[in-house]
Amino acid sequence: MINSILFVVLALLALSSAITAVLAKNLVTSILAAGFVSLLASVIYLLLSAPDVAMTEAAIGSGLSTIIFFYVLNKVRRSGRHD
Amino acid sequence: MIKRLLIILTLTAIAFGFYPLAWGVEDARQLSPLAAGYVENSVEELGTSNVVTAIVVSYRGLDTLGEVTVLFAAAAGVTLLMTSGNPERRKKRAASRGKDGKDGKDGKDGSEGGSDKARRQGSELLAAGAAFLFPIIWLFGIYIFIHGHLTPGGGFQGGVVIASAVLLIIFADCRQELGHTVLQLAEALSGAAYVGVGLLGLWMAAGFLDPRFLAAGEFGELFSAGAIPIIYSLIGIKVGAELTGIVDSLRRCS
Repeated sequence: MINSILFVVLALLALSSAITAVLAKNLVTSILAAGFVSLLASVIYLLLSAPDVAMTEAAIGSGLSTIIFFYVLNKVRRSGRHD
Repeated sequence: MIKRLLIILTLTAIAFGFYPLAWGVEDARQLSPLAAGYVENSVEELGTSNVVTAIVVSYRGLDTLGEVTVLFAAAAGVTLLMTSGNPERRKKRAASRGKDGKDGKDGKDGSEGGSDKARRQGSELLAAGAAFLFPIIWLFGIYIFIHGHLTPGGGFQGGVVIASAVLLIIFADCRQELGHTVLQLAEALSGAAYVGVGLLGLWMAAGFLDPRFLAAGEFGELFSAGAIPIIYSLIGIKVGAELTGIVDSLRRCS
């Protein structure tokens, strides 16, 4: 019972953070919100007893890909300034 | 107006299309026949205590090979796009980068380098912390992929953890040079060895990527489950090298 309540709360949080990622004016906020979706998803996977997938999601989805998004954002902004 | 109507209609259609999927969801009380087969037979056949690894590396080994190939293609694409292939120019840029760091003026990137000079170098805390944490994270990544057949995790997860350790070092000191030869060698050799181990399975056991050409060993031991630890370690090295390469080619210091 507690498990399913937690599941619903996490899912709602993930949904709202995904909507934030789409609607946010600031790209940095969007990237952080997208990373947060992955983090919540990895917790949900853990609750659904899939630790392997949870590890992958936490490491790749919320860790590395967020950093790579920041790198790319940095690059895009710089090349925009050149023109 | 029509555009908005179309969007609403499409969304409704998608929701309607997926409705049975959400409606039919119920907690599974028992495993599906396929899953039951995997769970019942994997321990006996392959001797892995982590069933997921048995599926990923052995039963669906070809899919994993495909995934590794896709990752390789992505990494190669990023490296190709991000580094201007000419090694001469890269060397020159690295040299100007170094000079830029020392006196902070002239060089090609000097004008834009000036404004970002403050954050080019990581703080003392970050540098010390990264130097302290790097071997621990590295070791943890290796632990994850070596124990892939015993505990959750495996080559992909371990490789990402290793790449994130390198990322920490790059954060601390952006001009840190990585050994590209070592990276490329590790990546190429582990990829080739992965296919080689698969071929060994083809010739000495039941089929391609069959890990049973080595003895199964004692259940739950580190050296057990045939060639599965070897395959997952190779995947771990390959993924770690590839992601490190991606991070390395995306960074920009000056």
